[in-house]
Amino acid sequence: MRNALLPFLAGLIFAAGLAISGMTRPAKVIGFLDPLGGWDPSLALVMVGAIGVHAVAYAIAGRLPRPLVDGAWALPSGWPIGRRLVVGAVVFGVGWGLGGVCPGPALTAVWGGSVQMAVFVAAMVVGMGAFELSQRGTVRADG
Amino acid sequence: MIENFTPMAALGGGALIGLSASILLLAHGQIAGISGIVGNVVARNPGAGWRLAFLLGLSLGGIGVALAFPAALSMTGSRSLPVLAVSGLLVGFGSRLGAGCTSGHGVCGLSRRSPRSLVSVAVFMGTGFATAMLVHGVAE
Repeated sequence: MRNALLPFLAGLIFAAGLAISGMTRPAKVIGFLDPLGGWDPSLALVMVGAIGVHAVAYAIAGRLPRPLVDGAWALPSGWPIGRRLVVGAVVFGVGWGLGGVCPGPALTAVWGGSVQMAVFVAAMVVGMGAFELSQRGTVRADG
Repeated sequence: MIENFTPMAALGGGALIGLSASILLLAHGQIAGISGIVGNVVARNPGAGWRLAFLLGLSLGGIGVALAFPAALSMTGSRSLPVLAVSGLLVGFGSRLGAGCTSGHGVCGLSRRSPRSLVSVAVFMGTGFATAMLVHGVAE
């Protein structure tokens, strides 16, 4: 229970943030990524709002020896910047630009019962599973 | 022309996303990267407790939105089903290969000025814009 309550609350708040900001609507994201015929800069402000708050948390974390409840700082290294990172970002970006949907909004919006989000989430899980299969028996040397 | 701009809702919703990520970080030292959270569950990696709890909260939040503010989940103007299927495959595979997505690299990585995340965000924003513009008016 101790491990579950705050992550659960964080998930609730995350969903609320996505919905309020409009990020759960693909048209809103496409409106940002596709400026042809009218540009919606809202997504940029979503990032500004999120980073504005979250950067403060990192400043606080830097002063704490360990997290407040349990665990340790599970922060990935800032390096290396390798092929996997870049290729992954290219692939992700193409997918995101095609659909205007990414994981968080999809997993929130799917509860609206739309066939669109059901299709996206199913495909996303397949894509993630395909990645896991591709990694069996390989050693990750490149970031 | 600027259209459909909702600055206050964007900032407010963004702040909530930032708050959520901050809770996860300060309480448990974890990154609120949705692709990683889901990906680790898909891979059946150990330490799933907090991830499942987070996803449960996200889901219950989604249900709440569906009941109270269904317009927030409107699919008007979304792409066709075949395009969404391809989009999902690429987002799923690409986010895991690149070790993050808009929340992991975008919100969390940029907040701590991670060089990896700076590069990742620049690249996926670039390909995101390019792709969206390429399929303008074609993929609905």
